[in-house]
Amino acid sequence: MNTPPIGILRRALLAAALVPAVMLAYDAYAGNLTANPVEYLENETGDWAIIFLIASLAITPIRRLTGWNEVIRLRKMFGLVAYFYAAVHVVIWFTLVSFFDVATMAEDIVKRPFITVGMGTFLILTALAVTSTTGAIRRLGRRWQQLHRAVYVAAIGAVVHFWWLVKADITRPRQWAVVLTLLLGFRLWWMWRARTLSRS
Amino acid sequence: MLIGKPADIRYSEITPRATYLRRREFLQAASVAAVGTAAALVPSLPAVAEAQVQGPGVLPKLPNVKTSALSTTEKQSAYADFSTYNNFYEFGTDKASPAINAKRFRTRPWKIAIEGHVAKPAAFDFDEFVKPYALEERIYRHRCVETWAAVVPWIGIPMADIVKRVEPTSKAKFIEFVTLFDPAQMPGQRDEILQWPYIEGLRLDEAMNPLTILAVGMYGEVLPNQDGAPIRLVVPWKYGFKGGKSLVKIRFVESMPRSTWMIKEPPAYGFYANVNPMVDHPRWSQTRERRLGEFLPRRTTMFNGYADQVAKLYAGMDLRRNY
Ligand code: HEM
Repeated sequence: MNTPPIGILRRALLAAALVPAVMLAYDAYAGNLTANPVEYLENETGDWAIIFLIASLAITPIRRLTGWNEVIRLRKMFGLVAYFYAAVHVVIWFTLVSFFDVATMAEDIVKRPFITVGMGTFLILTALAVTSTTGAIRRLGRRWQQLHRAVYVAAIGAVVHFWWLVKADITRPRQWAVVLTLLLGFRLWWMWRARTLSRS
Repeated sequence: MLIGKPADIRYSEITPRATYLRRREFLQAASVAAVGTAAALVPSLPAVAEAQVQGPGVLPKLPNVKTSALSTTEKQSAYADFSTYNNFYEFGTDKASPAINAKRFRTRPWKIAIEGHVAKPAAFDFDEFVKPYALEERIYRHRCVETWAAVVPWIGIPMADIVKRVEPTSKAKFIEFVTLFDPAQMPGQRDEILQWPYIEGLRLDEAMNPLTILAVGMYGEVLPNQDGAPIRLVVPWKYGFKGGKSLVKIRFVESMPRSTWMIKEPPAYGFYANVNPMVDHPRWSQTRERRLGEFLPRRTTMFNGYADQVAKLYAGMDLRRNY
């Protein structure tokens, strides 16, 4: 199969993935963040975090379906970009939303299921990000694989977080739930297929 | 009071255009001079706040508006903010959607019906309906249940004046406010996001409180469609969602109405929906708020700072249970 050189593609996609961040920074500078800038930043960073998390999960199915093995090199990049947006999202929550008010934040984490789940998701993503280096992969060996399966839990967590925070219109979290179900469904189907193939 | 239809009666037709322009220039010059002098005398006076009182000058102005002692003197929110950041799910659930999707919303002809336990139930043409009343400007704090807030110069009719005129019978205990149902014009109503039409309610004594108004304008002009044209409810000590928009029915009823948000999520939205920092929304605390255009949050106050006027309405009630 004739495929684009993965190194160039990866750099191009990385640059594209950071465009929203640059635009948000520019809009902040230009005062174009709507009438409620903090809410806008929180929603935008949350959206981009979930988009790139889903993108990272789409890589393995693409690889399986196309046989284009090199595409796997995009997975870590998308995962780290997702983590970047999630981290900005959480930092904004700490600073501009909660103003370092630790008591309120603790109360939110305990009392509000959507925040509890968001925090759990963020902790998982943090663990995955810090163990994403080649060194960590080597050190953890088989356990790395097991640990990084938690990305599915994180993705489910992100969708549940979104679903639980909307007031009435669940259109967008529902769309993500459908996409995630397809991606997870593909994996189950693939595992099931591999098992039946190996048996026969 | 005559209120021009945005599309075809301009303020310039009510007042001869030249007079209007001259008067406007004079007023502008006078206010600039006044603000300038005041600012020179009191260096800390926020001159910007004075300049913001005007709308963008696109919609018809409302003439002969009385001022009110119930108005706050706090810095008003920018018109651009309050007319582009809207919760009006009939026109979409994004804050920016109503301003876009309501552009061609037709507010004339407009019928509004007074129904239920009143001496003379009737359906009015909107302009006929508002004609007998004097308009007042009411600059109120506005607090959304989502924790953003604003200061808005509404123009409207005291609800008490309307209630007196329609003569409720002794059976009338509550008032139900019903928004237009018209999925052809209101794209949000094509989905069952909420139960349509949007319904809100007040106890009769809440409706009679001097603070409660039916607004027909803001920032000196008729209401923009996305803010609930041609007529909406404003109850400044309650969360913003109590203010039903684009009203077509005002029903005097005996039992407590079930409002749209009460039906949607009972643990989160009660009938009263009084601004109350002690009662959380299930998903967020209500202790603080952020005004549009401001960076630092403020502490939310009981009844949105209107406790002196309204606390008596709830004497002896447990407001934790009656949220
Ligand atoms: C400590 C962790 C987290 C906290 C405290 C948090 C908090 C919030 C808050 C306050 C909002 C805005 C709610 C509103 O405006 O009503 C939000 C929205 C959102 N968050 Fe999080 N979040 C966290 C982690 C995450 C993570 C890890 C993801 C995704 C990977 C995520 C994705 C989203 C999304 C998609 C939205 C909705 C954006 C929209 O409405 O367009 N959040 N979050």
